[in-house]
Amino acid sequence: MSSLWEYANPRKFMATSGALLPWVSGLAVLCLVGGLFWGFFLTPDDFRQGSTVKIIYLHVPAAIMAINVWLMMLVASLIWLIRRHHVSALAAKAAAPVGAVFTAIALFTGAVWGQPMWGTWWEWDPRLTSFLILFLFYLGYIAMWEAVENPDAAADLTTVLCLVGSVFAVISRYALLFWNQGLHQGASLSMDAEQNVADVFWYPLVTCIAGFFLLFLALVLYRTRTEIRARRLRALLAQERTA
Amino acid sequence: MPDLGRYATEVLTAYGVSIVALAALVWLSVRQARRVRRRLEDVEARRRAPG
Amino acid sequence: MIALILRDLRLAFRAGGGFGLALAFFLIVVVLVPFGVGPETGRLSGIAPGILWLGALLACLLSLDRVFQLDWEDGSLELLATSALPLETLAFAKAIAHWLTTGLPLVVAAPLLGVMLNLPGPAYPWLAASLAVGTPGLSAIGTFGAALTVGIKRGGLLLSLLVLPLYVPSLIFGAMTATRAAEALDPLPPLALLAGLSLAAAAAMPFAAAGALRVNLR
Repeated sequence: MSSLWEYANPRKFMATSGALLPWVSGLAVLCLVGGLFWGFFLTPDDFRQGSTVKIIYLHVPAAIMAINVWLMMLVASLIWLIRRHHVSALAAKAAAPVGAVFTAIALFTGAVWGQPMWGTWWEWDPRLTSFLILFLFYLGYIAMWEAVENPDAAADLTTVLCLVGSVFAVISRYALLFWNQGLHQGASLSMDAEQNVADVFWYPLVTCIAGFFLLFLALVLYRTRTEIRARRLRALLAQERTA
Repeated sequence: MPDLGRYATEVLTAYGVSIVALAALVWLSVRQARRVRRRLEDVEARRRAPG
Repeated sequence: MIALILRDLRLAFRAGGGFGLALAFFLIVVVLVPFGVGPETGRLSGIAPGILWLGALLACLLSLDRVFQLDWEDGSLELLATSALPLETLAFAKAIAHWLTTGLPLVVAAPLLGVMLNLPGPAYPWLAASLAVGTPGLSAIGTFGAALTVGIKRGGLLLSLLVLPLYVPSLIFGAMTATRAAEALDPLPPLALLAGLSLAAAAAMPFAAAGALRVNLR
């Protein structure tokens, strides 16, 4: 069995990700289309929330992935910081826009869902507000990557930003709990809860979560490949200029 | 098409905007990938030609 | 380190050093608020703690891009980096100098401006206390942001985008301290949390700032 670190070699990563990509994206499309179709057409309305319950198939997966993408970026940044594998830094860069879009989807679907249920588009509820702050963190992180010319310096600076941002994201989360009691319900999918959402909603929801996850995986592989190519292009052009 | 009752606008907006956002993300990724790939192939071909 | 702080203070007080600019900005923000929300004293006194904290925070932000920028441009930052002084100490000294030139004047000015916004009586000491405790944290966090963006041309806007989300917890606890005092509730818990936050920022942020500086000086 070979070591995981072999994939830190860009050539090896390109070969493996190229072989994986069609499968992952195929599965992602299958799960997303299947899950959303199942949720949209084949599930009953909730007796209290009516048809708005269908928004859950977008809202919950996007929200789960919005947080996990940041975690993945944190891990990738740490790997870059400790082991200096370029692919890792580029993967973190590639993931950030995906995370930002997922966060935006979670916020938007939440607003559209909140309007009929709570009677307001936006409520300064701790959960909503912490997602808004998470969105700002994503924007800052992306802007930092764009602003620095030297790619290694950009990778290092965004790593520091990601570490500090993660700490502050957690602090903000608890500060917001202190600040305001919310309208948002508690976790509806925890493993230890006795009462989760009913099975009819549960299976399509899990399919959608898998779909969002696979979509994220496919996009990160794909975008990391682009970043590796862009890095190589940059190096070649720099060589030509000095030659 | 299922009967969405009086919340049809909300549900359809949520689905519509989300799917558009995901599609835009995929489209931008593909466009960027194609552009970088083409430029890289150009440069590599140029370097191979004289040497 | 003390020499460094004194040097920064002298530079700030010199003409064009930018001392007082943050204070004037704070004053203008506070003066503009009644134009925006209307002159009713009842409404103003309700939002006064939040406005004063927000104004102080923005004034703090305004002077952040000067923390390292001037030293970076004339090359003295590289000299300082090659001296025996560790970069962590340098970042800490810079944060202290920033607080002395920006945070401290804001703490002094805030109660005076509170009068203009009709801040309720019991809130004055707590407002001053929360600013005194909170602004060092803002300076420490801001120094980190300044260190991140020091090499970037026109980094000021990026600096705001990076630093403002990091200010959220301080703003929440700081404004809450003053608000609770104004509403005759116990203001001590948020103040204690704010103090913890500032101490943690002052302890940890110089290391992050030094890490960012090292990358930018490479």
